[in-house]
Amino acid sequence: MISLLKRDLLVASRSGGALTLSISFFLIMIVLVPFGVGEDPLILGAIATGIIWVAALLSCLLTLDRIFQLDFEDGTLELLATAPVPIEAAALVKALSHWLTTGLPIIIVSPVLGLLLNLPEGGMRWLIISLTIGTPSLSIIGSFGAALTVGLKRGGLLLSLLVLPLYIPTLIFGAAVVNRELLGLSVATPLIFLTAVSALSVALLPLATGYALKINLK
Amino acid sequence: MSLWEHANPKKFMSLSGFILPYISTLSMILLSWGLLWGFFFTPDEVRQGSTVKIIYLHVPTGLLAINGWFVMLVGSLIWLIRRHHVSALIAKATAPVGLIMTIIAILTGAIWGQPMWGTFWAWDPRLTSFLILFLFYLGYISLWKTIQNPEKAADLTSLLCIVGTVFAILSRYAVNFWNQGLHQGASLSLDKTENISNTFYIPLLISIAGFLTLFLTLVLIKTRTEIRLRRLSNLHLIESRS
Amino acid sequence: MPDLGKYTETVLGAYGISISIIVLFVLWTARRARIVKQELKKLEARSQNKN
Repeated sequence: MISLLKRDLLVASRSGGALTLSISFFLIMIVLVPFGVGEDPLILGAIATGIIWVAALLSCLLTLDRIFQLDFEDGTLELLATAPVPIEAAALVKALSHWLTTGLPIIIVSPVLGLLLNLPEGGMRWLIISLTIGTPSLSIIGSFGAALTVGLKRGGLLLSLLVLPLYIPTLIFGAAVVNRELLGLSVATPLIFLTAVSALSVALLPLATGYALKINLK
Repeated sequence: MSLWEHANPKKFMSLSGFILPYISTLSMILLSWGLLWGFFFTPDEVRQGSTVKIIYLHVPTGLLAINGWFVMLVGSLIWLIRRHHVSALIAKATAPVGLIMTIIAILTGAIWGQPMWGTFWAWDPRLTSFLILFLFYLGYISLWKTIQNPEKAADLTSLLCIVGTVFAILSRYAVNFWNQGLHQGASLSLDKTENISNTFYIPLLISIAGFLTLFLTLVLIKTRTEIRLRRLSNLHLIESRS
Repeated sequence: MPDLGKYTETVLGAYGISISIIVLFVLWTARRARIVKQELKKLEARSQNKN
């Protein structure tokens, strides 16, 4: 499994695609917002959390269809399915490598973007925490969607239609953590639910993802 | 594994063919009875005036929007566990019907809310949940349309339905949470949780029964169509081979 | 027509849209069902004749 992870990351870093793509997209979206909304720092500050979270969601979406596509096309996925490692574990590893190349960079870059959008004082810490807890679920949920559509030629749009509604709970609770903090309310409830959604996704979705992969490999 | 080898589809076709005229007639009677009674013969309500009459549309379609998804869930589970083709096709057939119910529920909810909120849309938790359900329906239907192989399509859409159900429930709680702290709007009241007097309640029940039988009629018709389509593609396959 | 008061447009609008959607959907469903049924009959007759 570790070797699978290493191999994935190697491929990702060689093609250079995923990492720079997600970060650039994330950045571009954030930069566009003031052009649309106006540069009033009060307004930007009020919507900063939401914008950053939505941008994170969409950036994750970008690299999802690749998770299994290349391996599907060259037959590696079939090998993985018959390997001694259960396919659910392979799915988990794929999601992990997606998170490392998409979610993690987003988390690291988020303070800079929070600054650009005038995220109020005290929000930064919880933004990073909420993204750290929430982005893994985005990768896992995304990998499920990717497994459903892996056989399709241009499944990107369908993938987004399937995955984005599934992202809604993570988005609501993730953004609420920061927003509540900024309102002076307790972050406990959204934080607990955010963690619960992520934990649930990590625990159960790989099973569904593995099943979907097996179906598509038949 | 040809669909036609199983006795199931034949049995379903004969049973559904038998029921169909009765249930469709019943639905026309109940629906007109409920709606006409509710529209013409019920009083206005104190707070909401004549808009209360919208409940005879909004409540039944709202119930069926959710029920539709539930039928799909059961169909999906039966397909994955028992591999009865008919149940996969029932799930497939129910989706557009559920979608239409959801659309009507959203539209009537928005129209009903307009005099109260002053705008045609407010992020009321119920309406928002229906909107999310609408998206789930769209995704499910799109997946069916996109996957060519019928068995794969049945498998994948069943998976999607099951995972989707979990997230739909999560979303319901998330939306309630999301709405309570930030906005304080009047939500659509006067549904089943409140104390409705009999003058409203009985026509409402009849309307619900009417919409339910309409739902069943449409699902039966559509499932029969799906079974025939499957038979058609089998025949085409046989033809092209010979 | 009962006196709908100031909500006339609202209520009529709601009923109008809902009933239209239902009618259109029922018509579409029935039409599609009929077309498929006829197609199947044709094709089954053809394969019957072959045997």
